[in-house]
Amino acid sequence: MRQHLQYTDNGKLRHFLSIEGLKKETLQQILSTADKFTQFGQRDIKKLPLLRGHTVVNLFFENSSRTRTTFEIAAKRLSADVINLNPGTSSTSKGETLLDTVNILEAMHTDLFVIRHAKSGVAELIARHVPDHVHIINAGDGQHAHPTQAMLDMFTIRQYKSTFNELRVAIVGDILHSRVARSQIHALNTLGVHEIRVVAPNSLLPSQIERLGVHAYNDLQQGLEGVDVVMMLRLQKERMQNAYIPSEQEYFNLYGLTTESLAAAAEDAIIMHPGPINRGLEISSVVADGPRSVILPQVTNGIAVRMAVMAMVLGGEGNG
Amino acid sequence: MTKKIDVDVSVLLDKLVTDLTPLLAINPVIIGIHTGGSWLAEILHQRLAINEPCGSLDISFYRDDFSRIGLNPEVKASDIPQDISDRHILLIDDVLQTGRTIRAAMNEIFDYGRPASIHLCVLVERNGHELPIQADYCGMTLDLRPDQQIKLTGPEKLSLMVGDLAAGDNQS
Repeated sequence: MRQHLQYTDNGKLRHFLSIEGLKKETLQQILSTADKFTQFGQRDIKKLPLLRGHTVVNLFFENSSRTRTTFEIAAKRLSADVINLNPGTSSTSKGETLLDTVNILEAMHTDLFVIRHAKSGVAELIARHVPDHVHIINAGDGQHAHPTQAMLDMFTIRQYKSTFNELRVAIVGDILHSRVARSQIHALNTLGVHEIRVVAPNSLLPSQIERLGVHAYNDLQQGLEGVDVVMMLRLQKERMQNAYIPSEQEYFNLYGLTTESLAAAAEDAIIMHPGPINRGLEISSVVADGPRSVILPQVTNGIAVRMAVMAMVLGGEGNG
Repeated sequence: MTKKIDVDVSVLLDKLVTDLTPLLAINPVIIGIHTGGSWLAEILHQRLAINEPCGSLDISFYRDDFSRIGLNPEVKASDIPQDISDRHILLIDDVLQTGRTIRAAMNEIFDYGRPASIHLCVLVERNGHELPIQADYCGMTLDLRPDQQIKLTGPEKLSLMVGDLAAGDNQS
């Protein structure tokens, strides 16, 4: 079901909603297309004419700065017209439903909606609702998925590491609330990494997480032993009404990434974080700003990867 | 059906080298269009003994039919190693037909800088122009039926093949 929603009958990418259900070749095409887009940052004119005349609406029901900004830069680099909307809760309080909002914007000839929403499944709901010529990219829905983040992470890993199938990767932190972690796990599995580990206290691990094809660890040292990539997650304090962790200090002592805890990982391991960083909570400043950190390259890569996804969903489907 | 036509590519290249030699006076930057044009650009670059590296363009991101046919999954990176502002460009492609590829290539070149001039050199200029674009230098001209396609194969041994147009797009 989900696979059909994301592809046209001819197998072209139509919507980009979740990594789950996407073919390995699609992920590889995103990475190779993004690769071509990275070079345009160095030219006189940092624009390509691909999406000239197309309208992209960034519809962010939930706050975001870097994701929205990089989507905006990506669309502008491709010469699209971009409109940013943050309806928040105000339009719904005026009685307008989600689909009403989309209908109104669609009536203004929008070609692509980039959607972020605090509830899981919203991007998919809208994708089921829009006509054929309108495309949807999920920029994060609840605790479900954040597929462009996962792809920019894959792109960054590929920049620093040779092949996916020899890599050991540890995802550390608030797995329970993280849409990023879910998308990362699907992407890493689809691209065929050697081993995926998740490291967190039991209170922050979803039950039966092993079903996704990962090994779960409660101990940070054991979880980091010999890994090539450490993907840190942000502790999502705003989503924690209950006592998931005893105290922030104790969490940092047990699960914070520091020079000491990092010693267990491979010598050339890279450190990633989707941001924003809680310094001194899940990661120490020394590590976040250290030589093995690729946190800023992740941000830069977000532009090229989002350009690739937009170009792929908006392009025609002849056989070129 | 695709068949090799009875033309010796090296003879055409000899002619082009002779025709292009006077152009050396303005110290041109050679840029080939991926893929056939890049092969020819490499050869001409060497035969004309130009020291500066030659550039290559993949015009996929500049095609005028993106909304119809989408992105070419095999797109290669364009590479123009030098600053082309105020330089004379010698643009090289294998076949000039509609002129749409050349239009796209010129658009891309201008995103790298403002050249002093662009000269177009092709191995084969055939009928079927759709834009006011002609070659300044060409190895040969050829009249073909609209349903026929001519293609350069290589790069080890360059040959010209003529075949019936495959279903799909043609933008030479």
